[in-house]
Amino acid sequence: MQIQPILAALRRHRLATLLIALEIALACAVLCNACFLIANRIALIHLDSGVDQSSLATVQLTGYEDNQANDLNARVLAGFRGIPGMQSVSVLNSIPFGARRGTAGMTLDQAGQKFGGVVEFYVGGPGSLKALGVKLVAGRGPQMDDFQAFTGLMPNNASVQITRALANHLWPGADPLGKTFWLGDLQYRVVGVIDHLVRPDPGGWPGDRKDWSIFVPAQTGVFLSGSYLLRADPKDLPRVLREARDMVRKIAPDAVLDQEGSKALDDLRAEGFQKDRAMIGMLVGVIAALLLVTALGIVGLASFWVQQRRRQIGIRRAIGATRNDILRYFQIENFLIVSGGIALGMLLAYALNLVLMQHYELPRLPLYYLPIGALILWGLGQLAVLGPALRAAAVSPVVATRSV
Amino acid sequence: MFAYYLELALRSLKRNRVLTALMVMALALGIGATITTLTVLRLLSGDPLPQKSAQLFYPQIDPNAKEGYIEGQTKPDQLMAYPDAMNLLQAHRGTHQAAMALTQAKVMPKQVNARPFFSDAVMTTADFFAMFDAPFQYGGGWTAADDDGRAQLVVIAGFLNDKLFAGANSVGRVIRINDHDLRIVGVLKPWAPQPRFYAQDLGGRSYGDGDAVFLPLQTARAMEMGPQDTECYAAVPDIRHLETAPCEWLGVWVELDSGAAVADYKTFLDGYVKQQVALGRFQRTETSLLDLMGWLRQEQVVPDDVRLQAGLAFGFLLICVVNTVGLLLAKCLRRSAEIGVRRALGATRREIFTQFMVEAGIVGLAGGVLGLLFAELGLLGIRHQPAEYASLAHLDTWMFMFTFVVALVASLVAGILPAWRACVLAPAPQLKAA
Repeated sequence: MQIQPILAALRRHRLATLLIALEIALACAVLCNACFLIANRIALIHLDSGVDQSSLATVQLTGYEDNQANDLNARVLAGFRGIPGMQSVSVLNSIPFGARRGTAGMTLDQAGQKFGGVVEFYVGGPGSLKALGVKLVAGRGPQMDDFQAFTGLMPNNASVQITRALANHLWPGADPLGKTFWLGDLQYRVVGVIDHLVRPDPGGWPGDRKDWSIFVPAQTGVFLSGSYLLRADPKDLPRVLREARDMVRKIAPDAVLDQEGSKALDDLRAEGFQKDRAMIGMLVGVIAALLLVTALGIVGLASFWVQQRRRQIGIRRAIGATRNDILRYFQIENFLIVSGGIALGMLLAYALNLVLMQHYELPRLPLYYLPIGALILWGLGQLAVLGPALRAAAVSPVVATRSV
Repeated sequence: MFAYYLELALRSLKRNRVLTALMVMALALGIGATITTLTVLRLLSGDPLPQKSAQLFYPQIDPNAKEGYIEGQTKPDQLMAYPDAMNLLQAHRGTHQAAMALTQAKVMPKQVNARPFFSDAVMTTADFFAMFDAPFQYGGGWTAADDDGRAQLVVIAGFLNDKLFAGANSVGRVIRINDHDLRIVGVLKPWAPQPRFYAQDLGGRSYGDGDAVFLPLQTARAMEMGPQDTECYAAVPDIRHLETAPCEWLGVWVELDSGAAVADYKTFLDGYVKQQVALGRFQRTETSLLDLMGWLRQEQVVPDDVRLQAGLAFGFLLICVVNTVGLLLAKCLRRSAEIGVRRALGATRREIFTQFMVEAGIVGLAGGVLGLLFAELGLLGIRHQPAEYASLAHLDTWMFMFTFVVALVASLVAGILPAWRACVLAPAPQLKAA
């Protein structure tokens, strides 16, 4: 098949060709970026939390006086431990995908000059890190005497575990074990590195920062109370959580059960990502509508061209072109137009990505999205043109002999 | 003449039903998506107090240390420390002024077996209600004397009154909040400005239900109720004594009724900060006095996702318009012979142009009607989304009319190029070819 005559024909329909190419280009730009947004949201939803989510639940209590905190902790821990099927109950200030109580900026020196980053301090009582089920990759976990009592908002001079992502950020290339850092005047020493421990609110943080967490062991007390981590077999968990929630009425009538916050971690996670799921749905809808409209446009214009060229097609058929030749002609014509559109579309996609990067916290569009977008649009173009092209191929040679 | 064009257009559209349906459908999808997202955007970026917003101002100052300060470029802090808030309030430079912070109130119902529950609460000062035009169902607010005297009183929202007192006039009755008995002095009518401008940066939601409990700042602090959000600018010796700690936790609003009053207040604010610098309390002299809408803009209260969706919908509409241009062009080129005949019979270019624009307009109106349907469907979808503003997403009269404006503009813009091509066609070759 020669491309020359096709180009010559297109040159006579410059405006229509240009319009279709422009439509393809715009579709390409939106498609690539929308797919990229979807991929980002999906990655967020499937993020590795590092904890045994399906075995964990939390109960959140508030509304009690400070001086009752120790008593409340004792009553709740003892009461919950009596629930059949409960594997462990511990106190943990922040909960992955749940309550957030330890977000703070830390520094690498006492003077507070070398800022480390805004991290999540998970302050937990005995058994809480084990209950979370995080994987220790270096150093040691908390030992019994690491859990010290504290009086301020946070423990001081504690031996802590930090995530690998945070260690890599704070001391790239160096061994984090034995390093120290500060939170105001409070000092901490790294004794262990854990694989992953997600922040309570990962959606609000870009990239690796979702995993910037620190576990600080401490004894329960006024500033570590009311936030409980429950662990049970995933099969027992719904019942165990229900019984624990009911038990609060009896063992802590003065406290208020946070209905929204006291849930299984799986449920909290699903709720936390609900908006992202909705956004994915919306983006998929837009992409579908976009492809549909683009395809309709191609079908409409191709049909028009087929109709307009019936006589020429008839003549070509009469002088020896096969049905296949006619079919190929329209397919190649479409391929050329779409290719032109894609070439422009790739530039537009890149430009749109730059705009999005400026206004939203979005990373750069990886280059492999461009060929994927191109493949989709080529496929769409061929699919859309198939109907009109088949109709063209069906034009009988006898048309050539008729005057109109 | 117009009626004739209308008839011609309808006839032409009828002749090629599939192509017409394609055009209307594509345009309707684009319009539906645009109107859906614009409705949400309008809802979220709307004026929470249209009658008052131009007179409400949010003063900001900056008590931070000198480090990192670039004169003229560093923005002052969003919140205010207690001493500064009180100094500004006591200066009485505005028609009204109030300081506020959000907190959680533990409400203990009187009914037997009822469990205590938490409600969103505002701890504020006397002018709050008058300044924000909060309407009272029963009773009224409190006085500045009540503020100073730490009076044990409270104003509750209508929905809390419904819950606790079955909607009866509860003024004078007692409600137990955070284990203290407080006397109800006022019950508000339903009042929930959207966005909840005064809650910005105080740690609350931006949209959704209004607050349930309003109590005097001093009273609440005496009951050890703490603010939802606290930002400290220096080492804190004791976080419990927030009044003296170097921490910001209050938002201050002032009502200023004229441009002169605004200028005066800005001068006063600058003077106050300079005075604090002289006293050694402050190092930075930056101040800001934004009006309500300016403050909301600076706070970027509209969620990123919503702006992204609106942008996406506009991109989609653009593609739909390009698509319509292509299809209209195909249609009009197909009718070259007809145009040739009309021109030969004396129709001017302007008349041909008008005829094709009328045709495009009809496609637009049809797309608008169908687009309205899509928009209603889209908003139905939004109302089922897990967002705090979801239930508010409804098409109002303005957006209803705007739909047709968008539809007409889109289709007429799409129609210009095909109509122009049609009117510049030379009649002779077309007649010959026919």
